[in-house]
Amino acid sequence: MMSFMKGRVLVVDDDSALAEMLGIVLRGEGFEPSFVADGDKALAAFRETKPDLVLLDLMLPGRDGIEVCRLIRAESGVPIVMLTAKSDTVDVVVGLESGADDYIVKPFKPKELVARIRARLRRSEEPAPEQLAIGDLVIDVAGHSVKRDGQSIALTPLEFDLLVALARKPWQVFTREVLLEQVWGYRHAADTRLVNVHVQRLRSKVEKDPEKPEIVVTVRGVGYKAGPS
Amino acid sequence: MSGDSAASAPGRSGGRPGRPVGRKTPGTRWGRLLEGGLLQGGVQGSPVIRLFVRWVRRPLLPVMRLWRRNIQLKVVVTTLLMSLGVVLLLGFVVIGQVRNGLLDAKVKASQSQATGGFAVAKQQAEEAVSVTGVDGGTAADGRPSQSVIQWMSDLVESLSSGGQGAFDVVTLPAGDASGSGRGPRASGEVNPTASVPAELRERIDSSTSAAQSYTRIVYDTNKPSQPGLVIGKQVNDPNSDPYQLYYLFPLTQEEKSLSLVKGTLATAGLFVVVLLGAIAWLVVRQVVTPVRMAAGIAERLSAGRLQERMKVTGEDDIARLGEAFNKMAQNLQLKINQLEDLSRMQRRFVSDVSHELRTPLTTVRMAADVIHEAREDFDPVTARSAELLADQLDRFESLLADLLEISRFDAGAAALEAEPIDLRDVVRRVVSGAEPLAERKGTRIRIVGDQQPVVAEADARRVERVLRNLVVNAVEHGEGKDVVVKLAAAGGAVAVAVRDYGVGLKPGEATRVFSRFWRADPARARTTGGTGLGLSIALEDARLHGGWLQAWGEPGGGSQFRLTLPRTADEPLRGSPIPLEPKDSRRNRGLDDAGLPRGGRNDEKRATVPAQPAGADGCARAARDPLALRPTGATPTADPAALPGNGARVVARPGAANGTPGAPDGGAAGGTPSARGGDGAARDADAGAVERDGGVHVGRSGGEHAGQSETEHVGRSGGVERDGGEHVGRSGGEHLGRSEAEHVGRSEAEHVGRSGAEQAGRSGGEDVGRSEAEYAGRSGAVQATGAGRAWAGPDGTVGRPDGGTGRRTPDGGGRGAGGQGADVRAGGGAGGEGPGGGTGAWKDGEASRGR
Repeated sequence: MMSFMKGRVLVVDDDSALAEMLGIVLRGEGFEPSFVADGDKALAAFRETKPDLVLLDLMLPGRDGIEVCRLIRAESGVPIVMLTAKSDTVDVVVGLESGADDYIVKPFKPKELVARIRARLRRSEEPAPEQLAIGDLVIDVAGHSVKRDGQSIALTPLEFDLLVALARKPWQVFTREVLLEQVWGYRHAADTRLVNVHVQRLRSKVEKDPEKPEIVVTVRGVGYKAGPS
Repeated sequence: MSGDSAASAPGRSGGRPGRPVGRKTPGTRWGRLLEGGLLQGGVQGSPVIRLFVRWVRRPLLPVMRLWRRNIQLKVVVTTLLMSLGVVLLLGFVVIGQVRNGLLDAKVKASQSQATGGFAVAKQQAEEAVSVTGVDGGTAADGRPSQSVIQWMSDLVESLSSGGQGAFDVVTLPAGDASGSGRGPRASGEVNPTASVPAELRERIDSSTSAAQSYTRIVYDTNKPSQPGLVIGKQVNDPNSDPYQLYYLFPLTQEEKSLSLVKGTLATAGLFVVVLLGAIAWLVVRQVVTPVRMAAGIAERLSAGRLQERMKVTGEDDIARLGEAFNKMAQNLQLKINQLEDLSRMQRRFVSDVSHELRTPLTTVRMAADVIHEAREDFDPVTARSAELLADQLDRFESLLADLLEISRFDAGAAALEAEPIDLRDVVRRVVSGAEPLAERKGTRIRIVGDQQPVVAEADARRVERVLRNLVVNAVEHGEGKDVVVKLAAAGGAVAVAVRDYGVGLKPGEATRVFSRFWRADPARARTTGGTGLGLSIALEDARLHGGWLQAWGEPGGGSQFRLTLPRTADEPLRGSPIPLEPKDSRRNRGLDDAGLPRGGRNDEKRATVPAQPAGADGCARAARDPLALRPTGATPTADPAALPGNGARVVARPGAANGTPGAPDGGAAGGTPSARGGDGAARDADAGAVERDGGVHVGRSGGEHAGQSETEHVGRSGGVERDGGEHVGRSGGEHLGRSEAEHVGRSEAEHVGRSGAEQAGRSGGEDVGRSEAEYAGRSGAVQATGAGRAWAGPDGTVGRPDGGTGRRTPDGGGRGAGGQGADVRAGGGAGGEGPGGGTGAWKDGEASRGR
């Protein structure tokens, strides 16, 4: 039970030493790691192991990490954390845009990695039943569903969390740092691109016109807030 | 070439766009106008004239613009004008020659005709005499006249009969002798008197030879008059009385020929001019078209479309231009591509290295952490090894990160993600992050100038990295003394300065600190950690923002690092709201370098990121204000000895006391050696301070005075005056009587003034707050003094009604000017009213208002 709560983690990494080390650390923290070293086989392994979280190296033989990320995201909202050696803008943004929820830059400390993974898995705790409205959207927090006019909109858990965080306090403007802390679980302000990219992704799903957002409104120079309901 | 001159002339004389077309307003007037404008409207009518000129010139502007921009138009117009001139000249010459030729022939023919006629007339007269000899003799009394009259009529008729239409004959009585009944006669209905010019008649009267003249032949009938040549001679009639015989030759024919020639010439000339214009247009077009094409393509090239090329046909010069141009474009493209490739390779390399290094490093790191966690189970040697392993891995990581960051800058791969941020937030984050380290070092970090938002378009991540670096450095090298982080915004710039009071920098080190892997003291280098790349990266970050990162320091006196950023990302920096050399530097306090004149400050503005030599800023500042160069009578002001943070505690300084009383003296003192002036000032200051206590001056915030903690500063007093304004005076321990004053105040600008270090009694003043513009230019000295003075001055001490400060009377100003100049401003700042010596720069008014 305990281990189940901690979750299964699929590690997609071609560096066997790193993969093994990751396995040691993850097992030490009570996760159940499984491994795949090849991008081409990643999707099959994903379907087979049904992990609660994917740790994905961006540079892979065969299909690269971005592609794998896209494929997994296409069929599941499971949290994806990218491992990247490049913190440059482009790589990270491309990774995030392809569907990753979070990323961690090598070299990282084991504790940092575990904290990120926990933050992504934290959501599995039972939420209290709660109904929120934002714009013309109705959010059922416990049921993890977002509906517009009865039509449900598919969001990844992260996008859902982001939307809920904004919708719970529609009067408040959230800075990117606050969102990072609340949604991603970062202690210290980190890369705010994370927020930008996910807000874009969220908008593309929930806004009628993503160019003129009404649900998630940008407050220039400050951050974001929920649109009027 | 005329094109050239035409082209360049506008440029030269104009300078400004749209100069009046012209020449109507000659250069001198413009010069005068300009001058008048510069001299503050010295010319009375200038505005009117200017208005008029503007009015005249507005409709002509488009034409002028076209003229300036279109070389084809210029050439064609010039060609037209010049060929018109040539054609006109030619026409005049040709017509003149034709006329002369025609007339010469006519004159010659006429002369021979007339000579013949005169001979005939003479002959007939002689014949008449011989025939009617007796008659002639008797004719003297009347009768004869009858026959002479008849004879003359016959003569005219016979003479003119030879040339019907070709000429007419006129006889006129000679001289005034009209009485003898011989009236004028003429053939062919010519009006004899009107057709012969009077001037010719006089000539003929006075000589016997023939004479000629041009005239207009007038007819008695309706026949229109026509030009003619008249040849006349005095001839005797049968009675031997003289009369005048004229031959009139009409020049109608010649005139007709001439006008025909004129007409032909005019037509031909017009054609020539028009054709020349057309030719010029065509020819210029041939040259201009490729040039325009080249210009257009060059623009596109520079816009980044490197594959653009000119079309080349033929082998002429234009074609060579095109080929050369294309070759240039080709080479440019090649080079740019090469550079891009290099940059890409470099980036790629960095990226690859990064990945290749980081992946194993990650494994090592994780392994080390696992081992480190378990070190308690190991024997001491292994456990210690595990610790070392983990520690050095940290260092290795940060070194690798810094190296990669630097190489990203080198490869030009660093991108700025600027958005409006409030630097206060960044500073607070940085300071709170540095607190643990500061506590360990026993250092207090104070933030100054965070009352108002300090917003700039910047990349928060990079700015934070820069500031973290500066603050951590300051704490590490601050030897446990306070670190002051000061923020300010003014004009188009914001600045954050981090001041420490540690070991400082040796001369020349202020620039070297930014070098990669440079360490101030190799001996103690490694103990403080750091990669040696921090400041280099910070410098690159500042550059990326279009900002400056500069360092100032003095051995033993601490250092100050100042980051200046433009308020909006694309705005060039012209100055910094915070002086590079802090007002509490030893130099400014006169602790060393005494007597050295300060250098020029101009470099401050020019200097970009690379830090300037320490002190340059200060020097420069001083230089800008000539007054600052004088020995200032120092102005030590009061030295209220307030400790940082406590309110306005004012302690009178003995040193100050001996000063001459009153500010007014100050003026006089100005000339005197500094010490004296200083004293006086000091004293006043005290007084002022005291008063302030009275409530005017609210305690100053400790934060403002950096350096208070330094040992040199023995007592210091500060007072916050006026609302929001802070005025702190402090005197340096070594120098009795010298005090620095800081005036923080009204509007955000910060004005630091300080009198030259050399002077014994120097005071530094900082006037924060008046309009932003000011900070830039004014010498510290001035203000400082001013500040000090101001307090003192009003000497007044007494009185300042509302807190007044104020009064900076003219004396204050005067004093400043004479003594240290600085006063004036300072005075202004402080007292406000003082017109302050007119230095004016300081907005006295504002200052006073502030109060």
